[in-house]
Amino acid sequence: MPKKSVTISCKNVWKLYGSDPARFLANRNYNPSENDLKQSQYIAAVFDASIDVFKGEILVIMGLSGSGKSSLVRCMTRLIEPTSGEIHFEGSDLLKATEKELIEIRRHKMGMVFQNFALMPHRNVLENIAFPLEVQGVSREKREERAIEIIDLVGLKGREKYYPRELSGGQQQRVGLARSLAVEPNIWFLDEPFSALDPLIRKEMQNEFLRLQNLLNKTIVFITHDFDEAIRLADRIAIMYEGRIVQVGNAEELITNPANEYVAEFTRDIPRAKLLSVGSIMQPAKKSTKNKIVVNKTDKISSVAPSIISSNAVATVVDESGDVCGELTKDQIVDILFADEKNND
Amino acid sequence: MTESLWERLKQFWFVYPFIALWLLKPITPNWGVIPPKSCLGGCGSIEGMIPFVDWVNNLIAVLRNYEILPGISEGKVGLFTFREFTRYLANLIDIPLDFTEALLYKGFETIPLGPLPWVMILGLVVVLGLYLRGISLAILGGSCVLYLAIFSLRGIWTLSMKTLSAIAVSVPLAVLIGLVLGILGAKFKVVERILNPILNVLQSLPHFSYLILVAIFCGVGAKAGVIATVIFAFPPMTRLTILGLKELSSEIVEAGKMSGCNYWQMLFKVELPGARSALMLGINQVIMQCLAMVVIASFIGQPGLGHDLLARLQNLRLGQAFEIGVAVVFIAITLDRYSQALVLKQPERSREGAFWLRNPYLSGAIVIVVLSVILSFISSAATQLPKEYTISISGYLDLGIKTFTTSLFVPLGIFRDFLLVYFFMPTKAMFQSLPWISVIVLVGCAGWKLGRFKLALTVMFFVFLIAASGYWVRAMITLYMVSVAIIISMGFGIPVGIWASKRLNRTKLVLNICDTFQTFPSFIYLLPAVMLFQISDVSAIFAIVVYASIPITRYTIFGLRNVPSQIIEAAKMSGCSESQLLWKVRMPLAFPEMLLGVNQTLMFALFMVMIAGFIGTVDLSQEIFRALSFNDGGKGLVIGLCVSLIGLTADRLLVEWSNIKKRSYGLKT
Repeated sequence: MPKKSVTISCKNVWKLYGSDPARFLANRNYNPSENDLKQSQYIAAVFDASIDVFKGEILVIMGLSGSGKSSLVRCMTRLIEPTSGEIHFEGSDLLKATEKELIEIRRHKMGMVFQNFALMPHRNVLENIAFPLEVQGVSREKREERAIEIIDLVGLKGREKYYPRELSGGQQQRVGLARSLAVEPNIWFLDEPFSALDPLIRKEMQNEFLRLQNLLNKTIVFITHDFDEAIRLADRIAIMYEGRIVQVGNAEELITNPANEYVAEFTRDIPRAKLLSVGSIMQPAKKSTKNKIVVNKTDKISSVAPSIISSNAVATVVDESGDVCGELTKDQIVDILFADEKNND
Repeated sequence: MTESLWERLKQFWFVYPFIALWLLKPITPNWGVIPPKSCLGGCGSIEGMIPFVDWVNNLIAVLRNYEILPGISEGKVGLFTFREFTRYLANLIDIPLDFTEALLYKGFETIPLGPLPWVMILGLVVVLGLYLRGISLAILGGSCVLYLAIFSLRGIWTLSMKTLSAIAVSVPLAVLIGLVLGILGAKFKVVERILNPILNVLQSLPHFSYLILVAIFCGVGAKAGVIATVIFAFPPMTRLTILGLKELSSEIVEAGKMSGCNYWQMLFKVELPGARSALMLGINQVIMQCLAMVVIASFIGQPGLGHDLLARLQNLRLGQAFEIGVAVVFIAITLDRYSQALVLKQPERSREGAFWLRNPYLSGAIVIVVLSVILSFISSAATQLPKEYTISISGYLDLGIKTFTTSLFVPLGIFRDFLLVYFFMPTKAMFQSLPWISVIVLVGCAGWKLGRFKLALTVMFFVFLIAASGYWVRAMITLYMVSVAIIISMGFGIPVGIWASKRLNRTKLVLNICDTFQTFPSFIYLLPAVMLFQISDVSAIFAIVVYASIPITRYTIFGLRNVPSQIIEAAKMSGCSESQLLWKVRMPLAFPEMLLGVNQTLMFALFMVMIAGFIGTVDLSQEIFRALSFNDGGKGLVIGLCVSLIGLTADRLLVEWSNIKKRSYGLKT
C-alpha cells in the first residue's frame, strides 16, 4: 500500500484555560498530571492530542459535549490558539503562519460548516454562498457564477434569492455546506453539522454529504457526538474524552478492541452484526476443505447470518485469494445477534 | 411566637441605628444635623464642606483662558484659547445646520431653490411608511404631517421644521459618535472600562447640567442646542453597539474568519451587519433622546417647538401651548414608530421584472418628488399650505380649559390643598428634619446588609458627597418630592400592572400605552399639570407621577408574566385560588423584577423633578434654574451631579437587592 499523504498533522497539542497556561505547561515540562491541573485551577480543553488527517479520508472526531472535540478542530483552524504543540498543514507549520498568511490559507484551502449554520441573516442564499469569494476580491460576475454552480450541486436551485429565515433547517445547512465549498477547499471541517436537525432530515443530510464526498473526494474532519453518525460516515473515528484522544480506528476496531471502558460504553449499543466482519469472530478452520456454505472474510455478519442460520451448518471462511482461513458456526452468529438484543433492552 | 417576632424584628436591624439617630436629634450637635460649612481654601462664597462649585468654576475659568495654540483668532494674530477652540468647533455645526434649515424651511440663498414643498414631505413620509411596515404606519405618518400643515395658523409648520432640522443634524452625529465609541468599547476592554462610569453619569445627569456647560463653551442658539442634544443622545447608541457586538453568535464570527475576512471586512461585512437589530434599536433611542433634548434645549436658545411651548407655558397661554404640545407628541410617536419599524424591517426578496417592479417604493418616491416639484411651479399652495387653509383652535381650547378649570377650580383647589396640608407638607417636614448623619448611617446599614463592606462604603461615599456639596437641604426636598411621587406611582402602577398581566390583550394594550407615553418628551407632562393644579408642589408631583408610573407598570407586567408557566400550573394543581395564585406565587416571583421597576421609576422621577423646577419648586431644580440664568457652570454641574448621585445610590442598592432575590429563587446564577 502506498504511504498515505498527510494533510493535517497535530503533535502534542494542548489547549489549557487558566491564569497563565503557557508558563504553567513549560514549568511542568509539557507533562502535567491531571491532579496537578486541577490543583492549579487549569482546565484542559485539549490534552496532549496527536493525530494525522490523511488526504482524501473522512476522519470523524467523536465525543460528548465538553470532550474537547470542538476545541481541537478550532486549534486545527487556529480559530483558537493552542497553548502548545505543533500543527502542520500540508507540510508547513500552521502555528507559525502570520495573520496575513492565515487569512490566505482560510481563503483558499479551508472550508468550515457550523452546527447552527452561521449564515449571515442580512444576505440571501446567493450572497451567503458567494461571501468567501467576495472577501477574496473575486468580481461579482465570477463569484455569482461559481455560487450558482454550487447551489445546483447542493440542490437549492430556485432559492438563490431567499433569505436564511425563509429556509428550513436542512436547507439552511445546505447553504452552509455550499458556502464552505465555494472556494474549493483542500480540507473541509464540519462541526456537528447535522446535530441541530430533526432525525429524519439528519439522515437525508448524511446521505447528501456522502453523495457530495463521492463527487468531490475532499479531506474531511467531521465532528459529531452521535456514534451512529460516526459509523455511517467515517473512514476513521477518533474518540475524545476530557480533552484526550482516547482511541483512533475504524468502527470495527473500536467495537472489537475498545481501548477502555469509555469507548466500550459507546460501542455497547451499536448493532454489531451490521458492523463486524466475519473475519473478526471466525474460529480457526478445523479442516482445509470447503463446506457447503462459503463466506468471505470481509463479509458483514448480518449479510451471512440468514443462510448460515437456516442451513444450520458450519460455514467456511475464505480470504481475498479464496483460500480457507477459518470457519463460522451458527452459535457464534446467534451470540452476536443476541448480544445486540440484550444491549437494546 | 415571641421568638419568631424577635426573628422578624432582627431582619430589620439596619433601620434601627437610623431611627435611634433620628430620635436623638434634639441632643445631636448641630454639625450632625445639617452638614457644616468648612473653610477649606478660604471662607466666603463657599456653600459646602468641600468647595466643589468653586473648583469646577476655577477649572472652567482656566479652560476658558487656557491658551492651547498661538494662532489666528478673530482676524488678529494672537493667542488661541480653549474656549475659542470649542466655539470654533461649535461653528462647524452651522455648516450642516444651514443646509437642513435651508432644505426644510428657509430655502437656499445662493441657488434659486426654496424649501421642500409640504406635499413632497407628505408624500415621502407616506411612501416610507408603506415601505417600512404598511398602510397603518403610512396613515400615522401622513396624519402627523397633515396636522403640522393644517394647524399652522400660528406657525407650527415652521416651528416643527426648525425642530426637525436640528434633529436631522443631531441624530447622525450622535449615532456616529455612539457607534465609533461603541465599536472601540467592544474591541478594547480598557475603553469599555473607561466608558462605563462616564456613560453612567451622563445618563443620570439632568438635562440642564449639560445646557449650562454647553452654553459656556459653545455659546447659545441652534448650534449649541445641537451640541447639547448630541451629548445627551449618544450614550444609548454606545451601549447598544457594545451589547450588539458582544452578543453576536460566536459561530457567525468564526464563519467570517473561516471565509478569510481581514479585520475591516470582519467589522463591516460580518460584525456590524450581524448586530443590525441592536444598532437599529440604538438609532431609535437616539432619535427619541434627540427629540426630548431638542425641546429642552430651547433654554439655551434652540428655536423650534420647544422654544414656543416654553414661552406659551410661561405666559399661561395654555390653548396655544396645547396645540404645540400635540405637535410634539405627534412627531414623537411618528418618529418612534417609524424607527421601530426600521428595527423590525427584514430584508425582502426582490421581485423580478422592470425597475419599477423591482423597486416599487423607490419609484414611488421618485414620482412624488417629480410631481411635487412640478406642482410647486404651478401653484405656491403646494410649497406651503396657504394661510387661509390653516387653522388654530387655541381660542376654543383656551375657552375649554378656562371653563374646565373654573368649574373644577373649587374641588381641584380643595383636593390640592388637602393633599398639601395633610400629606405633602408633613412628609416634606419629615424629610427636612432628618439629620444627615442618620441618612448616611441608613444607606450604610442597608448597603452592608445587601453587599457588605464594598457596597456600604460606596453608597455612604455617594451620600457624603451630596452632603459635602452644600446642597443637602435642597437635595432632601428633591428626595421628598421624588419619594412621594414614587409611592403614588406604585399605588397606581402596580394595580394596573396586575390587572394588565391577567390577559394577553390587556397586556398588549397597557404596554402600548406605556410605549406611547414614554415617547413624549418629558416637558409635555407639565402641560396638564399646570392646567389642573396651577403652580405648586402638587402640580410638580402630578407631572412626576404621570411620567414615573410608566416603568413601574411595565416592570410589574413583565415580572408577573414571566413567571414560568410550569410553576403556575403546579400551583393551580395544588388548588390555589386566583388570589392565592397572585399573592403566594406570582407576586413573590415577580418581586425582583418589580424592584428594578422601582429603580427605573426613581430615574424617571429624578429626570422629571428637575424639569418640574420650571414650574416653581424649591428643591435642587430651582437652584439649577438659577444657575442657568446666571450661567454658573460650576453650580449647574455640581447640582446635576447631586441628582445623579441620588440616582446612583438608589440604583446600587435596589439592583443588588433584586439580584440577591433572583439568586435566591435560582433565577440568576
